[in-house]
Amino acid sequence: MDLNTITEYRRETNAEAVQNWQSGYSWLAGGTWLFSEPQPEIHTLIDIESFAWPSLTVSSKGLEIGATCKIAELEAFIAPPEWKAAPLFRECCRSLLASFKIWNEATVGGNVCMSLPAGAMISLTAALEGVCTLWPRNGTPREVSVVDFVTDNHANVLRPGELLRSIFLPESALRKTYAFRRFSLTKEGRSSVLLIGTRCPESGSIIITVTAATKRPVQLKFTTHPTAEALKQALDTAIPEDLYFDDFHGTPPHRRHLTCHFAQEIRQELSAQ
Amino acid sequence: MNLTINGKPTVAEPRAGQCLRTFLRDQSWFGPKKGCDAGDCGACTVWMDGKPVHSCLFPAVRAANREVTTIEGLACDGELHPMQKQFLGAQGFQCGFCTAGMIMTSATFNETDKKELPRLLKGNLCRCTGYHAIEDAINGVQHVVEDCHGKSAGLSLGNPLAQSIITGQARYTADYSVEGMLHLKVLRSPHAHARIKSINRDKALLIPGVHSIYTWEDVPRRLFTTATHDDYHVDPDDTYILDNVVRFVGQRIAAVVAETEGAAEQACRLLEVEYEVLPAVFDPEAAMLEGAPVLHQGKNATSRIGNPKRNILREIHGENGSVDKGFRESAVIYEGSFETHRQQHAQLETHISITSLDEAGRLHVRTSTQTPSLTKAKLAYLFELYPDNIHLYTERVGGGFGAKQEMLSEDLCTLATLATGRPVKWEFTRTEEYIGAVTRHPFSMRVKLGAKADGTLTAMYMRVVCNTGAYGNHGGEVMGHSLNESFALYRCANKKADAFSVYTNSVPAGAFRGYGITQTSFAMESAMDELAWKLGMSPVEFRRKNMIRPGDTLLSIWGGPSDLEIGSYGLEECLDKTDAALSSGRGKTKPEGDEWLEGRGIAMSMLDCGPPTEHRSEARLDLTATGEYKLAIGSAEFGNGTITVHRQIAATVLGCGVDRISIINADTDKAPYDSGTFASTGTLVGGGAVLAAVTVLKNQLVTLASRYTGIPVESCELTREGVDCNGTLLPLSELLDKATADGQKLNAVRRAYAAPRSVSFNVQGFRIAVHRITGEIQILQSVHAADAGTVMNPMQCAGQVEGGVAQGIGWTLMEQMVMNEQGEITNPTFRNNRIPSFADIPRTEVIFADTYDRVGPLGAKPMSESPVNPIAPALANALANATGVRFASLPFTPPRIFEQLLNAKKP
Repeated sequence: MDLNTITEYRRETNAEAVQNWQSGYSWLAGGTWLFSEPQPEIHTLIDIESFAWPSLTVSSKGLEIGATCKIAELEAFIAPPEWKAAPLFRECCRSLLASFKIWNEATVGGNVCMSLPAGAMISLTAALEGVCTLWPRNGTPREVSVVDFVTDNHANVLRPGELLRSIFLPESALRKTYAFRRFSLTKEGRSSVLLIGTRCPESGSIIITVTAATKRPVQLKFTTHPTAEALKQALDTAIPEDLYFDDFHGTPPHRRHLTCHFAQEIRQELSAQ
Repeated sequence: MNLTINGKPTVAEPRAGQCLRTFLRDQSWFGPKKGCDAGDCGACTVWMDGKPVHSCLFPAVRAANREVTTIEGLACDGELHPMQKQFLGAQGFQCGFCTAGMIMTSATFNETDKKELPRLLKGNLCRCTGYHAIEDAINGVQHVVEDCHGKSAGLSLGNPLAQSIITGQARYTADYSVEGMLHLKVLRSPHAHARIKSINRDKALLIPGVHSIYTWEDVPRRLFTTATHDDYHVDPDDTYILDNVVRFVGQRIAAVVAETEGAAEQACRLLEVEYEVLPAVFDPEAAMLEGAPVLHQGKNATSRIGNPKRNILREIHGENGSVDKGFRESAVIYEGSFETHRQQHAQLETHISITSLDEAGRLHVRTSTQTPSLTKAKLAYLFELYPDNIHLYTERVGGGFGAKQEMLSEDLCTLATLATGRPVKWEFTRTEEYIGAVTRHPFSMRVKLGAKADGTLTAMYMRVVCNTGAYGNHGGEVMGHSLNESFALYRCANKKADAFSVYTNSVPAGAFRGYGITQTSFAMESAMDELAWKLGMSPVEFRRKNMIRPGDTLLSIWGGPSDLEIGSYGLEECLDKTDAALSSGRGKTKPEGDEWLEGRGIAMSMLDCGPPTEHRSEARLDLTATGEYKLAIGSAEFGNGTITVHRQIAATVLGCGVDRISIINADTDKAPYDSGTFASTGTLVGGGAVLAAVTVLKNQLVTLASRYTGIPVESCELTREGVDCNGTLLPLSELLDKATADGQKLNAVRRAYAAPRSVSFNVQGFRIAVHRITGEIQILQSVHAADAGTVMNPMQCAGQVEGGVAQGIGWTLMEQMVMNEQGEITNPTFRNNRIPSFADIPRTEVIFADTYDRVGPLGAKPMSESPVNPIAPALANALANATGVRFASLPFTPPRIFEQLLNAKKP
């Protein structure tokens, strides 16, 4: 929709060109959320597409996803064969409520920065032990894990004007086997619950990442394969009742029920691998 | 900024925060539509350098030096794109508002993509079709057949506007620009109930571009009703254009007109309103209690409110026979409570009006309405205008479903145009549709049924409480209708209802496809299943035993004769065929696993063909000098297909093809008076008027031809080219010349009324799978049998059925308007209130009963409104069959299913 309060659009070639961050400024990545709701507080858009950050950089250490990488690019990415977890890229892209047309503009970083519980790029990068590189307006870059980046529904650790530059997925996580479960109240709808489990082929350690069901991502780590009871207790401890998210795409009791159900299914599926 | 649009180099400057959609429309590319303006519906889809994007989310500034293709640019050198041809061939649309986006999306699909339509079409919403026709279009299935002279009725002919729809040339209300237009925006109430103490407009008036601001002090203080019926007395006069009391969150408080939408929005934000907040009531039962906040204090009998002090708009108590006696005679009694919820129409085109004055001071209202003549009359009343000084018209309307049987936008635009002398446009946002338009009425119902041990119904009783919201508009009529067909469908000597339509401080309810039957049908048909199970009978057998039969008098809870009759009877055929289809093995099989439960359910419904109150339509037919027929009729077309059917009726009688019939409709200057298109009247009343007029003209032509040739009338036949007088052709042009020379006028004007009235029938069957852990429902099979009499256009009629089924599924399984404790609708977007997408809707097997109606034109009965009615109870009955649990409160979302199954398990 038209954002009629916006009076200025700036297209810079690098982040340093933006000094004196003010309230009413907003970075513009894909714009697909920004233009989907009235934004009466914003008067200036600063385009970061023109920063020309590389989208996907593969190295022996893993994968660096530039914040402005389009969802469509990630969905189409062909990973090295030893990255057993790579099919999750496609699974998670397809878990977005947004259609494939929106993937042509929407960015991975934008989805993470929106920090909605159902943000499937958060599900993906959290499950694959992603680490965000943040660029404060003044100061040195800092790193924070995706799990810690999102703090609540539509809330994160970004300070005013701070940029998410990239998300790094370590090679060790990408080589893991995985199990994926998702539920939405309508077919192809927004995620109500999204769980990803990964298993390290060498150590047998398990990580279960709960998203969509909870206000922020919750990660359970087990050094050895957990029993059903151990998993249940870990879930109960890690997710108090009020951490389950209540919105139009799910209720806390149903989300809790499905989280427990899917977590056990994931536990069994991973044990069979 | 330089860019290329549809191959044309363009230089234009977008505003900093402008989206591509409005930028393209500013350049007069009206193809990309606004359905949601938020990236959810896809009606605005265009290609950016060949890739499809939602233009409402795309910053216009980013289109610099790029190539944009809209639907208008898809055809190449005058040759339609194959996907456009396919949408023509399958008629993959009804109102056509989503079509540009559908085509621009699906034109990018390769053969592999076409196997993944549920996923790839999730960003394209259609509210009309139920997606079946769209799927067929994408897969190149041909539905449209060739016309046959004199035999058009009964053929699957295409919509006369199809070509313009698939090329993006069809003009909807917003697809129009006029010099000097002002934009109107309204400030809406944040309170559910409050008195406005003051409104300070000083700061708002300082915004550059703001022209005027209107509040309750600036409008005619005349009570009216936003509902439109031919007889306005059936609805209460309880509304002011702008009021100093607000009765729901979202009620309009002030209107700002400005040179730009942005300035009008900003001024709305700067208006300072001082409120005296009043206690509010949201529960209709609580609203009827003594001491509850009173919504319409001081309004009296002249407003036609039954009991304002108790917030009761109208109450109905009726009984035929004696239900007390009936229950005494019964061996088995079932009693249960049922609840239905609000539903937004979600027609893809929001409410919109554009008003202007011409040099002679005549008011022109371009608007999106189902009732042009009635809306004109209402404006004349409110603004004390001479009716002839108002010209009200629609061009193409993007869906209605009852939402546009209501005057919601025309009045403020008229006010502003009369005050400023300038053209004024007001287009609702999608959010305004949810918070400030109308919805389906929420009902709570208590049903009690009794039957003898052999299954004979002995008593039917229902207590109904309808929540009309803050205003009464359609409340009384919806309630009255709700008590009629759901009762009359069954033979039973004793029927009774007590019903209340009640004001609460919530968004007003209004007319919505089904008009109350949808709600009571859910309760009654669910209860019938329960009673059948209690009797140890199958629900189908039980219905067969008790449903009405040909020749029966249609009786609900009122005594006395009515104009209703069973003009044709296809109910039993519908029931039998639906039952047989469910047992046929067609459809999908249950997914594997013990977690999946399977069940089947059936429900039936009946709909009166036309409203019980005054309803009329008039058709005017002229033979033109070129030998073509010009048909003018006031009824509105908004995807319901009436103009297609009207042409078919005319061509059939006139012995020509539909290409010889041009239609002008829904224009108060160019077409005669018409009560509007609602209450299933498009085919019945409008079609009736067409049939009467063409019959008169045909007789004129044949009689004159006989006179001129000396051949007896019996040997003269009207054909496409002229009158065939026993083998010699008298061409129409020659006949016209002779007649003109004789001073004869070759035209006919005839009226039709909605009386007498017949009834149509619908039976829905579902086979479903329910996941007992997640609460997910999968529809394995959907069958719908409809008794529409003569099916005038099988493709189009099936499309109406499929669309009705889809809306019913949406209401039953998905859609939910959430209201918080303050009375605010908290999910007023498509994103948070999902209407069905392609993936949510199964293919429905549509079966038509083989009947011919003795009342309707050429044996036809209406079939656009009614298919929605049996959907919810059929799903409820299938769910009960699968789980053993009766779900009595809509909607059946997975969390609610999960919760109720969990509770049922507890001892």
